[in-house]
Amino acid sequence: MNDWAAQVLQGDRRALARVLTWVENAAAEGRAAWQALFPHAGRAHIVGVTGPPGAGKSTLVAALVQHWRQHHPQQRVAVLAVDPSSPYTGGALLGDRVRLTPRLAQDPAVFFRSMASRGAVGGLAQATEQAVQVLDAAGYNPIFVETVGAGQAEVDIMRLAHTVLVVQAPGLGDDIQAIKAGMLEIAHILVVNKADRPDAQRTRRILEEMLRLGPRRAAAWQPPVLLTVATTGQGVPQVAQAIVAHRQHLQRSGAWQQHEARRLQAALERALRDALWRRWRARVEPGRYDAVLQALARRELTPDQAAAQLLDDAPTLPTPPPRGDAGSP
Amino acid sequence: MTATSRPIRVLIAKPGLDGHDRGAKIVARALRDAGMEVIYTGLRQTPEMIAEAALQEDVDVVGLSILSGAHMTLVPQVLEALRARGLGDVPVIVGGIIPPQDVPKLLALGVYKVYGPGAPTRQIVADIEAVVRGSAQPEGSPA
Ligand SMILES: Nc1nc2c(ncn2[C@@H]2O[C@H](COP(=O)(O)OP(=O)(O)O)[C@@H](O)[C@H]2O)c(=O)[nH]1
Ligand SMILES: [Mg+2]
Repeated sequence: MNDWAAQVLQGDRRALARVLTWVENAAAEGRAAWQALFPHAGRAHIVGVTGPPGAGKSTLVAALVQHWRQHHPQQRVAVLAVDPSSPYTGGALLGDRVRLTPRLAQDPAVFFRSMASRGAVGGLAQATEQAVQVLDAAGYNPIFVETVGAGQAEVDIMRLAHTVLVVQAPGLGDDIQAIKAGMLEIAHILVVNKADRPDAQRTRRILEEMLRLGPRRAAAWQPPVLLTVATTGQGVPQVAQAIVAHRQHLQRSGAWQQHEARRLQAALERALRDALWRRWRARVEPGRYDAVLQALARRELTPDQAAAQLLDDAPTLPTPPPRGDAGSP
Repeated sequence: MTATSRPIRVLIAKPGLDGHDRGAKIVARALRDAGMEVIYTGLRQTPEMIAEAALQEDVDVVGLSILSGAHMTLVPQVLEALRARGLGDVPVIVGGIIPPQDVPKLLALGVYKVYGPGAPTRQIVADIEAVVRGSAQPEGSPA
Protein backbone atom coordinates (compact mmCIF):
# COMPACT_ATOMS: atom_id res chain seq x y z
CA MET A 1 0.00 0.00 0.00
CA ASN A 2 1.13 3.52 -0.82
CA ASP A 3 2.65 5.22 2.26
CA TRP A 4 0.62 8.38 1.93
CA ALA A 5 -2.61 6.48 1.46
CA ALA A 6 -1.83 4.32 4.49
CA GLN A 7 -1.30 7.43 6.58
CA VAL A 8 -4.54 8.94 5.36
CA LEU A 9 -6.40 5.75 6.27
CA GLN A 10 -4.81 5.84 9.71
CA GLY A 11 -6.21 9.31 10.26
CA ASP A 12 -3.10 11.41 9.62
CA ARG A 13 -4.56 14.81 8.77
CA ARG A 14 -1.36 16.23 7.37
CA ALA A 15 -1.12 13.38 4.90
CA LEU A 16 -4.77 13.94 4.03
CA ALA A 17 -4.12 17.64 3.40
CA ARG A 18 -1.19 16.81 1.14
CA VAL A 19 -3.07 14.20 -0.87
CA LEU A 20 -5.89 16.73 -1.34
CA THR A 21 -3.34 19.17 -2.75
CA TRP A 22 -2.04 16.57 -5.20
CA VAL A 23 -5.53 15.65 -6.31
CA GLU A 24 -6.34 19.32 -6.73
CA ASN A 25 -3.25 19.88 -8.87
CA ALA A 26 -3.70 16.62 -10.79
CA ALA A 27 -0.11 16.03 -9.70
CA ALA A 28 1.61 12.85 -10.80
CA GLU A 29 3.06 12.30 -7.32
CA GLY A 30 -0.46 11.83 -5.92
CA ARG A 31 -1.59 9.20 -8.40
CA ALA A 32 -0.53 6.17 -6.38
CA ALA A 33 -2.17 7.51 -3.22
CA TRP A 34 -5.37 8.23 -5.12
CA GLN A 35 -5.46 4.72 -6.54
CA ALA A 36 -4.89 3.19 -3.11
CA LEU A 37 -7.60 5.34 -1.53
CA PHE A 38 -10.24 4.88 -4.21
CA PRO A 39 -11.51 1.47 -2.99
CA HIS A 40 -12.11 2.98 0.45
CA ALA A 41 -14.44 5.70 -0.82
CA GLY A 42 -18.12 5.37 -1.62
CA ARG A 43 -19.51 5.35 1.89
CA ALA A 44 -19.99 8.98 2.85
CA HIS A 45 -23.17 10.98 2.54
CA ILE A 46 -22.28 13.93 0.31
CA VAL A 47 -24.37 17.00 1.02
CA GLY A 48 -24.20 19.91 -1.42
CA VAL A 49 -25.00 23.37 -0.11
CA THR A 50 -25.59 26.00 -2.74
CA GLY A 51 -27.29 29.37 -3.16
CA PRO A 52 -26.47 33.00 -3.83
CA PRO A 53 -23.51 34.74 -2.17
CA GLY A 54 -24.37 36.10 1.25
CA ALA A 55 -27.35 33.82 1.83
CA GLY A 56 -25.55 32.30 4.81
CA LYS A 57 -24.31 29.02 3.32
CA SER A 58 -21.02 28.95 5.22
CA THR A 59 -22.69 29.93 8.49
CA LEU A 60 -25.31 27.24 8.00
CA VAL A 61 -22.70 24.61 7.16
CA ALA A 62 -20.79 25.51 10.33
CA ALA A 63 -24.02 25.23 12.35
CA LEU A 64 -24.78 21.85 10.76
CA VAL A 65 -21.28 20.55 11.49
CA GLN A 66 -21.65 21.73 15.07
CA HIS A 67 -24.98 19.91 15.28
CA TRP A 68 -23.46 16.73 13.89
CA ARG A 69 -20.54 16.81 16.29
CA GLN A 70 -22.96 17.19 19.21
CA HIS A 71 -25.50 14.61 18.19
CA HIS A 72 -23.35 12.10 16.33
CA PRO A 73 -20.03 12.43 18.19
CA GLN A 74 -18.68 9.23 16.67
CA GLN A 75 -18.87 10.72 13.17
CA ARG A 76 -16.05 12.77 11.69
CA VAL A 77 -17.30 15.55 9.45
CA ALA A 78 -15.64 17.30 6.51
CA VAL A 79 -16.38 20.50 4.63
CA LEU A 80 -15.18 21.34 1.13
CA ALA A 81 -15.84 25.01 0.40
CA VAL A 82 -15.46 25.92 -3.27
CA ASP A 83 -15.16 29.55 -4.36
CA PRO A 84 -14.57 30.94 -7.84
CA SER A 85 -11.10 31.77 -9.13
CA SER A 86 -10.62 35.07 -10.90
CA PRO A 87 -10.71 34.38 -14.64
CA TYR A 88 -8.13 37.13 -15.17
CA THR A 89 -5.45 36.40 -12.58
CA GLY A 90 -6.27 32.84 -11.52
CA GLY A 91 -6.19 34.00 -7.92
CA ALA A 92 -8.97 33.47 -5.40
CA LEU A 93 -10.08 34.76 -2.04
CA LEU A 94 -11.33 31.83 -0.01
CA GLY A 95 -13.17 33.21 3.01
CA ASP A 96 -15.62 30.50 4.06
CA ARG A 97 -13.42 29.43 6.96
CA VAL A 98 -14.30 32.69 8.70
CA ARG A 99 -17.64 31.16 9.71
CA LEU A 100 -16.08 28.25 11.61
CA THR A 101 -16.46 28.69 15.35
CA PRO A 102 -13.25 28.39 17.43
CA ARG A 103 -14.53 25.09 18.72
CA LEU A 104 -14.96 23.58 15.25
CA ALA A 105 -11.72 25.10 14.01
CA GLN A 106 -9.88 23.03 16.63
CA ASP A 107 -12.03 19.91 16.59
CA PRO A 108 -9.84 16.96 15.54
CA ALA A 109 -12.93 15.29 14.07
CA VAL A 110 -13.64 18.17 11.70
CA PHE A 111 -11.69 18.74 8.48
CA PHE A 112 -12.31 21.93 6.52
CA ARG A 113 -10.74 22.53 3.14
CA SER A 114 -11.13 25.59 0.93
CA MET A 115 -10.85 25.10 -2.81
CA ALA A 116 -10.74 27.48 -5.73
CA SER A 117 -12.64 26.52 -8.85
CA ARG A 118 -9.54 27.22 -10.98
CA GLY A 119 -11.37 27.98 -14.16
CA ALA A 120 -13.09 24.63 -14.30
CA VAL A 121 -16.16 24.92 -16.49
CA GLY A 122 -18.98 25.28 -14.05
CA GLY A 123 -16.99 25.92 -10.92
CA LEU A 124 -17.00 22.36 -9.62
CA ALA A 125 -13.89 20.83 -10.99
CA GLN A 126 -13.16 17.17 -11.50
CA ALA A 127 -10.70 17.86 -8.70
CA THR A 128 -13.60 18.61 -6.37
CA GLU A 129 -15.11 15.22 -7.02
CA GLN A 130 -11.80 13.51 -6.35
CA ALA A 131 -11.21 15.59 -3.23
CA VAL A 132 -14.58 14.50 -1.89
CA GLN A 133 -13.65 10.87 -2.48
CA VAL A 134 -10.33 11.30 -0.69
CA LEU A 135 -12.19 12.74 2.33
CA ASP A 136 -14.65 9.87 2.05
CA ALA A 137 -11.84 7.30 2.04
CA ALA A 138 -10.32 9.06 5.06
CA GLY A 139 -13.53 8.24 6.94
CA TYR A 140 -15.30 11.61 6.96
CA ASN A 141 -19.06 11.31 6.83
CA PRO A 142 -21.05 13.39 6.10
CA ILE A 143 -19.14 15.64 3.72
CA PHE A 144 -20.57 19.09 3.07
CA VAL A 145 -19.69 20.74 -0.24
CA GLU A 146 -20.40 24.47 -0.39
CA THR A 147 -20.60 26.14 -3.80
CA VAL A 148 -21.94 29.43 -5.07
CA GLY A 149 -25.05 28.65 -7.05
CA ALA A 150 -24.54 29.81 -10.60
CA GLY A 151 -25.12 28.22 -13.95
CA GLN A 152 -23.27 25.02 -14.61
CA ALA A 153 -22.26 24.67 -10.96
CA GLU A 154 -25.84 23.64 -10.20
CA VAL A 155 -25.63 20.71 -12.54
CA ASP A 156 -22.25 19.73 -11.15
CA ILE A 157 -23.37 19.81 -7.53
CA MET A 158 -26.40 17.70 -8.42
CA ARG A 159 -24.14 15.08 -9.97
CA LEU A 160 -21.74 15.10 -7.06
CA ALA A 161 -23.99 15.34 -4.01
CA HIS A 162 -26.55 12.82 -2.81
CA THR A 163 -28.50 15.59 -1.13
CA VAL A 164 -28.65 19.20 -2.32
CA LEU A 165 -29.58 22.04 0.01
CA VAL A 166 -30.47 25.29 -1.70
CA VAL A 167 -30.12 28.22 0.68
CA GLN A 168 -31.99 31.45 0.14
CA ALA A 169 -32.38 34.52 2.29
CA PRO A 170 -34.95 37.30 2.32
CA GLY A 171 -33.83 40.63 0.98
CA LEU A 172 -31.28 39.40 -1.54
CA GLY A 173 -32.64 41.65 -4.22
CA ASP A 174 -35.98 40.94 -5.80
CA ASP A 175 -37.18 37.63 -4.40
CA ILE A 176 -38.58 36.11 -7.56
CA GLN A 177 -35.51 37.02 -9.59
CA ALA A 178 -33.10 35.80 -6.93
CA ILE A 179 -34.66 32.37 -6.84
CA LYS A 180 -33.76 30.90 -10.14
CA ALA A 181 -35.83 28.03 -11.40
CA GLY A 182 -32.74 25.89 -12.00
CA MET A 183 -31.82 26.12 -8.35
CA LEU A 184 -35.26 24.98 -7.28
CA GLU A 185 -35.17 21.98 -9.54
CA ILE A 186 -32.00 20.60 -8.04
CA ALA A 187 -33.02 21.18 -4.41
CA HIS A 188 -33.87 18.28 -2.14
CA ILE A 189 -34.13 20.64 0.80
CA LEU A 190 -34.86 24.36 0.56
CA VAL A 191 -33.65 26.59 3.36
CA VAL A 192 -34.79 30.14 3.95
CA ASN A 193 -31.97 31.41 6.13
CA LYS A 194 -31.95 34.73 8.01
CA ALA A 195 -35.42 33.96 9.31
CA ASP A 196 -34.77 36.68 11.88
CA ARG A 197 -35.24 39.18 9.05
CA PRO A 198 -38.60 40.54 8.01
CA ASP A 199 -40.02 38.93 4.89
CA ALA A 200 -38.68 35.44 5.65
CA GLN A 201 -42.23 34.06 5.66
CA ARG A 202 -42.91 35.77 2.36
CA THR A 203 -39.80 34.19 0.83
CA ARG A 204 -40.93 30.82 2.12
CA ARG A 205 -44.40 31.22 0.62
CA ILE A 206 -42.89 32.19 -2.73
CA LEU A 207 -40.68 29.11 -2.66
CA GLU A 208 -43.56 26.83 -1.77
CA GLU A 209 -45.62 28.33 -4.54
CA MET A 210 -42.81 27.87 -7.06
CA LEU A 211 -42.39 24.25 -5.95
CA ARG A 212 -46.07 23.64 -6.54
CA LEU A 213 -45.87 25.14 -10.02
CA GLY A 214 -42.59 23.47 -10.89
CA PRO A 215 -42.08 20.21 -12.75
CA ARG A 216 -43.43 17.14 -11.03
CA ARG A 217 -40.72 15.06 -9.46
CA ALA A 218 -40.31 11.43 -10.30
CA ALA A 219 -39.51 10.11 -6.85
CA ALA A 220 -41.71 10.38 -3.81
CA TRP A 221 -39.48 12.94 -2.13
CA GLN A 222 -41.12 16.30 -1.58
CA PRO A 223 -38.55 19.03 -0.86
CA PRO A 224 -39.33 20.69 2.45
CA VAL A 225 -38.94 24.45 2.85
CA LEU A 226 -37.28 25.13 6.21
CA LEU A 227 -36.56 28.38 8.05
CA THR A 228 -33.24 28.88 9.83
CA VAL A 229 -31.26 31.50 11.68
CA ALA A 230 -27.82 30.07 11.03
CA THR A 231 -26.15 32.58 13.34
CA THR A 232 -28.08 31.29 16.38
CA GLY A 233 -28.68 27.70 15.29
CA GLN A 234 -32.43 28.13 15.20
CA GLY A 235 -34.01 25.63 12.81
CA VAL A 236 -30.72 23.81 12.25
CA PRO A 237 -31.85 20.54 13.94
CA GLN A 238 -34.77 20.41 11.48
CA VAL A 239 -32.39 20.81 8.53
CA ALA A 240 -30.18 18.06 9.93
CA GLN A 241 -33.22 15.82 10.29
CA ALA A 242 -34.24 16.50 6.71
CA ILE A 243 -30.72 15.61 5.53
CA VAL A 244 -30.88 12.28 7.35
CA ALA A 245 -34.43 11.66 6.13
CA HIS A 246 -33.34 12.27 2.54
CA ARG A 247 -30.44 9.85 2.88
CA GLN A 248 -32.80 7.21 4.23
CA HIS A 249 -35.20 7.92 1.38
CA LEU A 250 -32.39 7.46 -1.16
CA GLN A 251 -31.22 4.24 0.44
CA ARG A 252 -34.73 2.77 0.68
CA SER A 253 -35.64 3.62 -2.90
CA GLY A 254 -32.41 2.39 -4.45
CA ALA A 255 -31.63 5.90 -5.72
CA TRP A 256 -28.43 5.95 -3.65
CA GLN A 257 -26.92 3.13 -5.70
CA GLN A 258 -28.18 4.63 -8.96
CA HIS A 259 -26.57 7.95 -8.07
CA GLU A 260 -23.28 6.22 -7.36
CA ALA A 261 -23.44 4.24 -10.58
CA ARG A 262 -24.21 7.33 -12.66
CA ARG A 263 -21.40 9.27 -11.08
CA LEU A 264 -18.88 6.50 -11.68
CA GLN A 265 -20.04 6.09 -15.24
CA ALA A 266 -19.55 9.80 -15.86
CA ALA A 267 -16.07 9.54 -14.37
CA LEU A 268 -15.28 6.58 -16.61
CA GLU A 269 -16.48 8.41 -19.71
CA ARG A 270 -14.40 11.42 -18.79
CA ALA A 271 -11.35 9.26 -18.24
CA LEU A 272 -11.95 7.51 -21.56
CA ARG A 273 -12.30 10.80 -23.43
CA ASP A 274 -9.10 12.08 -21.86
CA ALA A 275 -7.19 8.88 -22.60
CA LEU A 276 -8.45 8.61 -26.19
CA TRP A 277 -7.60 12.23 -26.80
CA ARG A 278 -4.09 11.86 -25.41
CA ARG A 279 -3.46 8.66 -27.33
CA TRP A 280 -4.71 10.10 -30.58
CA ARG A 281 -2.78 13.36 -30.08
CA ALA A 282 0.44 11.43 -29.49
CA ARG A 283 0.00 9.56 -32.77
CA VAL A 284 -1.12 12.34 -35.05
CA GLU A 285 1.49 13.26 -37.59
CA PRO A 286 3.47 16.38 -36.63
CA GLY A 287 2.27 19.37 -38.59
CA ARG A 288 -0.89 17.60 -39.72
CA TYR A 289 -2.89 18.95 -36.80
CA ASP A 290 -1.68 22.50 -37.43
CA ALA A 291 -2.42 22.23 -41.14
CA VAL A 292 -6.02 21.23 -40.48
CA LEU A 293 -6.31 23.90 -37.82
CA GLN A 294 -5.19 26.51 -40.36
CA ALA A 295 -7.68 25.24 -42.92
CA LEU A 296 -10.31 25.61 -40.24
CA ALA A 297 -9.17 29.16 -39.52
CA ARG A 298 -9.51 29.96 -43.26
CA ARG A 299 -13.03 28.48 -42.96
CA GLU A 300 -12.31 25.96 -45.70
CA LEU A 301 -13.53 23.28 -43.31
CA THR A 302 -16.15 23.19 -40.62
CA PRO A 303 -14.95 21.89 -37.22
CA ASP A 304 -16.81 18.63 -37.90
CA GLN A 305 -15.11 18.18 -41.28
CA ALA A 306 -11.75 19.04 -39.77
CA ALA A 307 -12.24 16.43 -37.06
CA ALA A 308 -13.33 13.83 -39.62
CA GLN A 309 -10.23 14.51 -41.74
CA LEU A 310 -7.92 14.17 -38.77
CA LEU A 311 -9.54 10.96 -37.65
CA ASP A 312 -9.41 9.50 -41.16
CA ASP A 313 -5.66 9.96 -41.06
CA ALA A 314 -5.45 7.23 -38.46
CA PRO A 315 -8.22 4.79 -39.33
CA THR A 316 -7.07 2.15 -36.87
CA LEU A 317 -7.99 4.31 -33.92
CA PRO A 318 -11.30 3.84 -32.15
CA THR A 319 -13.80 6.59 -32.87
CA PRO A 320 -14.08 8.96 -29.95
CA PRO A 321 -17.50 9.40 -28.37
CA PRO A 322 -19.70 12.00 -30.09
CA ARG A 323 -19.34 14.73 -27.43
CA GLY A 324 -15.55 14.77 -27.68
CA ASP A 325 -15.03 17.84 -25.51
CA ALA A 326 -11.84 16.61 -23.92
CA GLY A 327 -10.13 19.87 -24.73
CA SER A 328 -7.69 21.23 -27.25
CA PRO A 329 -3.92 21.47 -27.11
CA MET B 1 -2.47 21.86 -14.37
CA THR B 2 1.20 21.20 -13.88
CA ALA B 3 2.95 21.42 -10.55
CA THR B 4 4.86 24.53 -11.56
CA SER B 5 1.84 26.53 -12.70
CA ARG B 6 -0.36 25.69 -9.74
CA PRO B 7 -1.37 28.76 -7.74
CA ILE B 8 0.47 29.52 -4.50
CA ARG B 9 -1.76 29.02 -1.45
CA VAL B 10 -1.43 31.51 1.39
CA LEU B 11 -3.16 31.62 4.76
CA ILE B 12 -3.85 35.13 6.03
CA ALA B 13 -4.70 35.09 9.72
CA LYS B 14 -5.19 37.60 12.49
CA PRO B 15 -4.07 36.26 15.84
CA GLY B 16 -4.89 38.08 19.05
CA LEU B 17 -7.63 40.36 20.10
CA ASP B 18 -7.37 43.48 17.99
CA GLY B 19 -10.47 44.07 15.93
CA HIS B 20 -9.17 45.61 12.72
CA ASP B 21 -8.65 43.53 9.64
CA ARG B 22 -8.43 46.21 6.99
CA GLY B 23 -4.71 45.74 6.49
CA ALA B 24 -5.07 41.96 6.36
CA LYS B 25 -7.83 42.25 3.77
CA ILE B 26 -5.82 44.64 1.61
CA VAL B 27 -2.92 42.18 1.58
CA ALA B 28 -5.29 39.26 0.93
CA ARG B 29 -6.73 41.03 -2.12
CA ALA B 30 -3.32 42.01 -3.42
CA LEU B 31 -2.15 38.40 -3.21
CA ARG B 32 -5.29 37.23 -4.96
CA ASP B 33 -4.75 39.79 -7.70
CA ALA B 34 -1.24 38.41 -8.06
CA GLY B 35 -2.78 35.01 -8.86
CA MET B 36 -2.54 33.40 -5.43
CA GLU B 37 -5.20 31.47 -3.58
CA VAL B 38 -5.72 33.20 -0.27
CA ILE B 39 -7.43 31.49 2.62
CA TYR B 40 -8.71 34.16 4.93
CA THR B 41 -9.64 33.09 8.46
CA GLY B 42 -11.00 36.24 10.07
CA LEU B 43 -10.39 37.94 13.38
CA ARG B 44 -9.28 36.66 16.78
CA GLN B 45 -7.60 33.43 15.77
CA THR B 46 -5.70 31.52 18.41
CA PRO B 47 -2.26 30.16 17.48
CA GLU B 48 -3.78 26.66 17.55
CA MET B 49 -6.55 27.66 15.13
CA ILE B 50 -4.01 29.22 12.77
CA ALA B 51 -1.76 26.16 12.77
CA GLU B 52 -4.76 23.85 12.29
CA ALA B 53 -5.93 25.95 9.33
CA ALA B 54 -2.42 25.90 7.84
CA LEU B 55 -2.40 22.12 8.14
CA GLN B 56 -5.86 21.43 6.71
CA GLU B 57 -5.43 23.93 3.89
CA ASP B 58 -1.89 22.73 3.13
CA VAL B 59 -0.73 26.28 2.50
CA ASP B 60 2.66 27.30 1.12
CA VAL B 61 2.94 30.39 3.33
CA VAL B 62 1.35 31.67 6.56
CA GLY B 63 0.80 35.43 6.86
CA LEU B 64 0.04 36.97 10.25
CA SER B 65 -1.38 40.44 10.71
CA ILE B 66 -0.82 41.81 14.22
CA LEU B 67 -1.70 45.33 15.29
CA SER B 68 -2.18 44.72 19.00
CA GLY B 69 1.48 44.95 20.00
CA ALA B 70 1.41 41.37 21.24
CA HIS B 71 3.59 40.04 18.39
CA MET B 72 6.45 38.98 20.68
CA THR B 73 4.01 36.66 22.48
CA LEU B 74 1.82 35.57 19.57
CA VAL B 75 4.42 34.89 16.91
CA PRO B 76 6.42 32.36 18.98
CA GLN B 77 3.16 30.63 19.87
CA VAL B 78 2.13 30.33 16.22
CA LEU B 79 5.59 29.07 15.25
CA GLU B 80 5.45 26.50 18.04
CA ALA B 81 1.94 25.36 17.07
CA LEU B 82 3.13 24.96 13.47
CA ARG B 83 6.19 22.96 14.54
CA ALA B 84 4.02 20.74 16.76
CA ARG B 85 2.14 19.75 13.59
CA GLY B 86 5.24 19.12 11.55
CA LEU B 87 4.81 22.40 9.70
CA GLY B 88 8.02 24.02 10.91
CA ASP B 89 9.20 24.48 7.33
CA VAL B 90 6.22 26.58 6.23
CA PRO B 91 7.45 30.19 5.79
CA VAL B 92 5.75 32.71 8.08
CA ILE B 93 5.45 36.39 7.26
CA VAL B 94 4.34 39.01 9.77
CA GLY B 95 2.74 42.36 9.01
CA GLY B 96 1.42 45.12 11.21
CA ILE B 97 2.69 47.62 13.70
CA ILE B 98 6.05 46.16 14.68
CA PRO B 99 8.64 48.43 16.39
CA PRO B 100 11.97 48.37 14.51
CA GLN B 101 13.84 46.85 17.47
CA ASP B 102 11.52 43.80 17.38
CA VAL B 103 12.10 43.03 13.71
CA PRO B 104 15.49 41.28 14.14
CA LYS B 105 14.06 39.35 17.09
CA LEU B 106 11.18 38.04 14.97
CA LEU B 107 13.54 37.12 12.15
CA ALA B 108 15.76 35.31 14.65
CA LEU B 109 12.74 33.29 15.77
CA GLY B 110 12.42 32.00 12.23
CA VAL B 111 10.00 34.49 10.68
CA TYR B 112 10.72 34.85 6.96
CA LYS B 113 9.81 38.53 6.49
CA VAL B 114 8.36 41.38 8.54
CA TYR B 115 6.36 44.22 6.97
CA GLY B 116 5.38 47.57 8.43
CA PRO B 117 2.06 49.30 7.73
CA GLY B 118 3.33 51.04 4.59
CA ALA B 119 4.95 47.99 3.00
CA PRO B 120 4.20 47.86 -0.72
CA THR B 121 2.10 44.79 -1.50
CA ARG B 122 4.31 44.32 -4.59
CA GLN B 123 7.19 43.49 -2.25
CA ILE B 124 5.08 40.98 -0.30
CA VAL B 125 4.05 39.28 -3.54
CA ALA B 126 7.65 39.12 -4.75
CA ASP B 127 8.90 37.74 -1.42
CA ILE B 128 6.24 35.02 -1.35
CA GLU B 129 6.90 34.02 -4.93
CA ALA B 130 10.62 33.88 -4.21
CA VAL B 131 10.32 31.64 -1.16
CA VAL B 132 7.74 29.28 -2.68
CA ARG B 133 9.29 29.01 -6.11
CA GLY B 134 12.61 28.44 -4.44
CA SER B 135 14.85 31.45 -5.04
CA ALA B 136 14.53 33.15 -1.66
CA GLN B 137 17.05 35.02 0.42
CA PRO B 138 15.89 34.15 3.93
CA GLU B 139 17.80 37.03 5.58
CA GLY B 140 15.02 39.46 6.43
CA SER B 141 14.47 42.65 4.49
CA PRO B 142 11.94 44.44 6.67
CA ALA B 143 10.06 47.32 5.17
N1 LIG C 1 -29.26 38.12 10.35
C1 LIG C 1 -28.68 36.99 9.95
N2 LIG C 1 -27.48 37.03 9.38
C2 LIG C 1 -26.92 35.85 8.98
C3 LIG C 1 -27.57 34.62 9.16
N3 LIG C 1 -26.79 33.64 8.65
C4 LIG C 1 -25.69 34.25 8.17
N4 LIG C 1 -25.76 35.58 8.38
C5 LIG C 1 -24.76 36.59 8.00
O1 LIG C 1 -24.76 36.73 6.59
C6 LIG C 1 -23.45 37.02 6.11
C7 LIG C 1 -23.04 36.04 5.03
O2 LIG C 1 -22.93 34.76 5.59
P1 LIG C 1 -22.12 33.58 4.90
O3 LIG C 1 -22.38 32.36 5.70
O4 LIG C 1 -20.72 33.98 4.69
O5 LIG C 1 -22.87 33.50 3.47
P2 LIG C 1 -22.45 32.69 2.14
O6 LIG C 1 -21.82 33.67 1.23
O7 LIG C 1 -23.76 32.20 1.59
O8 LIG C 1 -21.55 31.58 2.54
C8 LIG C 1 -22.55 36.98 7.33
O9 LIG C 1 -22.34 38.28 7.80
C9 LIG C 1 -23.34 36.17 8.33
O10 LIG C 1 -23.03 36.49 9.68
C10 LIG C 1 -28.87 34.62 9.79
O11 LIG C 1 -29.51 33.59 9.98
N5 LIG C 1 -29.36 35.83 10.17
MG1 LIG D 1 -19.60 31.03 1.87
